[in-house]
Amino acid sequence: MPGTEKSIEMTKTGLTLGPVLFNWSADRLRDFYARIADEAEVDRVHLGEVVCGKRQPFTDGLWPELIERLQAAGKQVVLSTLALPYNPRERKAVIDFCRAGELAEINDLTALPTVAGKPFVVGPFVNVYNEGAARFLAGRGATGICLPVELPIASVAIIAAALPEVEFELFAFGRLPLALSGRCYHARLHGLHKDGCQFVCDRDPDGLPVDTLDGQRFLAINGIQTLSNGVEAFCPTPDDLARLGVRRLRLSPHTTDMVAVSRLYRALLDGRADRAETLAALKALDLPGELVDGFTRGQPGSARVEMA
Amino acid sequence: MSLELVCPAGTPAALRAAVEAGAHSVYCGFRDETNARNFPGLNFSPDELVEGIRFAHAHGAKVLVAINTFAKAGAMDAWKAALANAEKAGADAVILADLAVLDHAATHHPDLRLHLSVQAAAATPEAIAFYADTFGVKRVVMPRVLSVEEIAKLNAAIDVETEAFVFGGLCPMTEGRCSLSSYATGKSPNLTGVCSPPEHVAYSEDRNGTATRLNGFTIDRFGAGEQAGYPTLCKGRFMAGGKTSYLFEDPVSLNAASLIAALAKAGITALKIEGRQRGKGYVTEVVRTFRAAVEAIDAGGTEVEVGRLLAGLVEGGRQTSGAYKKAWR
Repeated sequence: MPGTEKSIEMTKTGLTLGPVLFNWSADRLRDFYARIADEAEVDRVHLGEVVCGKRQPFTDGLWPELIERLQAAGKQVVLSTLALPYNPRERKAVIDFCRAGELAEINDLTALPTVAGKPFVVGPFVNVYNEGAARFLAGRGATGICLPVELPIASVAIIAAALPEVEFELFAFGRLPLALSGRCYHARLHGLHKDGCQFVCDRDPDGLPVDTLDGQRFLAINGIQTLSNGVEAFCPTPDDLARLGVRRLRLSPHTTDMVAVSRLYRALLDGRADRAETLAALKALDLPGELVDGFTRGQPGSARVEMA
Repeated sequence: MSLELVCPAGTPAALRAAVEAGAHSVYCGFRDETNARNFPGLNFSPDELVEGIRFAHAHGAKVLVAINTFAKAGAMDAWKAALANAEKAGADAVILADLAVLDHAATHHPDLRLHLSVQAAAATPEAIAFYADTFGVKRVVMPRVLSVEEIAKLNAAIDVETEAFVFGGLCPMTEGRCSLSSYATGKSPNLTGVCSPPEHVAYSEDRNGTATRLNGFTIDRFGAGEQAGYPTLCKGRFMAGGKTSYLFEDPVSLNAASLIAALAKAGITALKIEGRQRGKGYVTEVVRTFRAAVEAIDAGGTEVEVGRLLAGLVEGGRQTSGAYKKAWR
C-alpha cells in the first residue's frame, strides 16, 4: 500500500550532524562538509562555533558557502549559537546567527529574546530537565529540543510524552560535552592565559585526553570545554525510540569517518542493522575513546557499552 | 548604598550564628532535592524554616530560600511544595534556576521575590533581561566566569540587582552547565543537588601513599604523611599532554575580599559567602569579619584597613580571587 509506505517515510527518525565542537581549520571544515554534503546519510547539519568565541573570526566567512553547499545537497542547515557568550562581540554573533534566516539552535538563553516567536531549536547546553521547561520553550517557538546529555532516560520519556508536538533529539554519538568554563584549559596546560591562548586547542582535533594519575582514561579538554574521554554510542532500536518518543538522534563530529558513522546509524534506525552489528562496526572505526552509553541506561555516563 | 552581606545557613544553628554575627541576609534550603546542597545532615524542614525566619526577622535580617535545582521530570511536586512553604514561612526571596520552577513561581506566587541562582548561568544583558521581563526576577547571582570589569559593564546594561560570590568554595566550571560529576558517579548538581557525592568517595592506601577516588576514578594521590583532601572532581590532579597538573583548578577556595570595594564600584548590590556545609564556628568568624570589612568600606576605609580586617581569613588553605581577575582564565 503506497499510503502506508508514505507514513513510514514521514515518521522516519531524523539524523542530525551536530556542530563541530573542536578547533578545526577553515580548510578542514570545508573538506569535511563537502564530503558530508555528498555522502553522509544525515538530513540535518548544524554549522557554527558553539564552544569558543575567540575561534569565530577564523570561520565566520566560511558559513555562507557551506550553507549553500549543504542545502544544494538536500540537507537542512541549522545555525548553532555559542553556548557561553559574554563579551559584546560574542553576544552580537549569537544575535546575528539567529537573524541569518536559517533555523537557529540556541545554546544559551541570550539568544531567546531574538528567536522567540519564530521556529527555533534548542541545543543540549540549555537546561531542559523537565516537561515544564520544555513546554515553556515550546511556547516561545521551539520546534525541536536536543536534551542535556546527563538527563536520565526515564525523564526523556516523560518529557517527550508531555509534548508530542516537539521533536525531541538525543545526543547519540561522540565525546559527550560535559562542562564549560570561563577558563581555557588548553591555555592553562600550555602555561598561557585565555587572552593570549595562541589557539593551542587546534592541536587536538578530537580534544586532548585527560587521564587519572593511575592511567585511567577519563576526560578530554577542548579549550574552555570538558568532554568525556569515552565516545557515546547510544544505539537504540526503532522500537526503543518509539517508546521514548524520540524522533531524532545527534551525531557529533570527530576526525573519524563520519560518513561511515552516519551510514551505520541510518541502517540501525531503518531496521537494516541490529544494535550488536552497529556497535561492532562503530568499534572498528578509528575512535578517540572507548564506547560508553551509561547516561542512556540510568548509569554514570562513563559506563562502557555492553556489547552483548 | 551599603553592600548587603548574604551568608550561608546550612542548619538552623548556622542561621542563628550568621544573624548574630551580622549577616544582612542568610540563605538556606529545604532538606530535599530542591536545593543544590542536598547533603545528609544539612538544611531545613518547613517548620525549622518558619522558626529561622522568625529569628532572622526579629534581628532585622532577611532569609533567602534556595530552590535552585532543576525539577525532576514528572515529579515537580517537591519544587511546588518548596515554593509554597517558602512563601508561607515568610521568606524574603527565593533563589531559582529552572525555567519550570521560575514559571510556576511567577504564575502562582506573584508576591514572592525571585532571585536568579548562579545555577542559571545568566551572564549577558540579554539573558538577564529575559529573566527579568519574563518572570520578574529582581536579582541575579553572577556566574563565576566574569571579571570585575565585565561585571561593571553588565551592571550598566541591566536594571536588576546583582549578587557576587566573594568567599568559600569555587567551581572552575560554569555552574549549572556541568555534568562531570554525573559522568563519573551518576549524580550531579543539576540532577540531584550534589557534586562528587560522598557515597562514591574512597580513600585507599597503598605503598605509594593514599589515592582518593570517585566511583573508581583516581582524583588525586597523596604521599605518606600528607593530608588527603576530599576528591572534588574538578580539583583533582590529572595527566594531559604529558604533564601532571591540577588541570582544572588547584585545590583552592575563593577569596575576593580584596576586591570588595571594586565590586561595590562595579555596581554589585550584595556579596555572597559560600559555605552551607560549614559549621557555626566558621560561619560566625567569616560573617563577623566580612561585616566589619563592609562597614569599613562604607566609612571610606582604605584597602589597607580592610585588608587588615580580613588578614585572619587568608591564613591556612590556599585561595584565589578566581575569575574576578582576568588572568585566572
